Amino acid sequence: MQVAGWIIVLAAIALLKAAPQTAFALAGFCVELAGVMLAVRSHLIPHGEKE
Amino acid sequence: MTPAPLQVLTEVAAGLCLLFILLVPFAAAGLAAINAGLGRSRNAAHMMLSSLCVFALAAVVFFVVGFAFEGYPGGPAYEFIVRGKSWNWIAANHFFFRGLPLDGSPASLAALLGMMSVGLAAIIPLGSGADRWRLGAACVSTAVFAAWTYPLFAHWVWSGWLAHLGTNYGLGQGLVDAGGAAPIQVAGGISALAVTWVLGPRRGKYTSERMPMAIPGHNAVLVLLGCFLVWLGWIGLDCAGAILFARAEAGRSVLIVVNATLAAAAAMLAVAAITRIRFGKPDASLCANGWVSGLVASSAGCAVMPPAAAMIVGLVAGALVTYTVELLELHLTIDDPGGSISVHLFGGFWGVLAVAWLGQFPEGSASGQWLVQLAGVASLLGLVLPLTYALVRLVNRFLPMRVAPEGERQGLDLHELGAGAYPDFVSHNDDFLQR
Repeated sequence: MQVAGWIIVLAAIALLKAAPQTAFALAGFCVELAGVMLAVRSHLIPHGEKE
Repeated sequence: MTPAPLQVLTEVAAGLCLLFILLVPFAAAGLAAINAGLGRSRNAAHMMLSSLCVFALAAVVFFVVGFAFEGYPGGPAYEFIVRGKSWNWIAANHFFFRGLPLDGSPASLAALLGMMSVGLAAIIPLGSGADRWRLGAACVSTAVFAAWTYPLFAHWVWSGWLAHLGTNYGLGQGLVDAGGAAPIQVAGGISALAVTWVLGPRRGKYTSERMPMAIPGHNAVLVLLGCFLVWLGWIGLDCAGAILFARAEAGRSVLIVVNATLAAAAAMLAVAAITRIRFGKPDASLCANGWVSGLVASSAGCAVMPPAAAMIVGLVAGALVTYTVELLELHLTIDDPGGSISVHLFGGFWGVLAVAWLGQFPEGSASGQWLVQLAGVASLLGLVLPLTYALVRLVNRFLPMRVAPEGERQGLDLHELGAGAYPDFVSHNDDFLQR
């Protein structure tokens, strides 16, 4: 998801102009953030597991 | 489109730039001292030696491979064309600095600054991997970072497609990051996050209920002394980067030094105030992290912000570090003894974005500048983070990064080096008692 979001940002910059450019770049960034959140969740220590 | 050539420096500017670059190792020394002081006493010598080793290895790998990929503004590079616009994605220099005259030219100064910067960035993850990261594995990770990850992204920021979004697409000035908040600080912070995820928390850090236990640093004096060294090094880093990559005239160095100092001061005071209000007393280790965070955040816009804006950047950076340290430790179960992720990753991100808000530019639209700075952050999250994480996982697969449990209990000084940092006293730790 992070890579996909980055590609959306790049595509927006390269192919679009004005308002759609900003909107798609922000959408790509949101996709990246969702990917980061998933990555963070997957690295949480589960309850009951002692380190 | 061919990128603009590197500016021609006067002899005075080149001499001043060289002097500033020579200050950068102080930042590395300061970070090493901070990381050592925030770790346990039984790992102090290991931390200092690790810092020296990764700095040395990063410099060597950068000389052999890294500079060929990073290059310098106006230097040879590979490009591809999209709708008539060039996307400069990687430099095409020779390995071993071949063909690079080391004579004080802007290209040679950029190579020297790159050598220092990559060493500084390589030290950042040591803080988050403290007390459990094997020296050999840290060296291998550093080699990969210095050969590929850092040079690629540094090229994008200072001479590649991100730098040219202004001239190619009319988006502001292109990415503005004179002091390397993105390629040095955030890339180092991302590496720290990847290392922390792969290593896991220190033994005894979390209970079975996922509650974090306090493992205080062993030497607050070393930590706070490190802050002064870091300050000196950052002044050199920001000024040299601004002269070489932001085309700032030498006289602008005064503004840059004022901005760096004010940002660090505001961040540290913000942390002191917040911890005083929340906990009744200012927290020394958080204040140190706040100081560095202010410097990190001011790096990107040091040459284009008025001093009052630098103070705002510092204030926010200080608040950010206080709350992200808590967020990482309490809620995300990320054990980061040196605070590297909060300081360098979050502080760096904030600094890159703050340029669009508080930077003063002679021309170019503000919304375009926001978009460029966002593209820089997106590249870090979308490519550098997954790439770094994958490379760290790969290293860990062939060379386990975490020290054995008995080594962690004994301390890395004795386990890996055979001698402690403080042979005249014995510390008694209860970190491994059942809780």
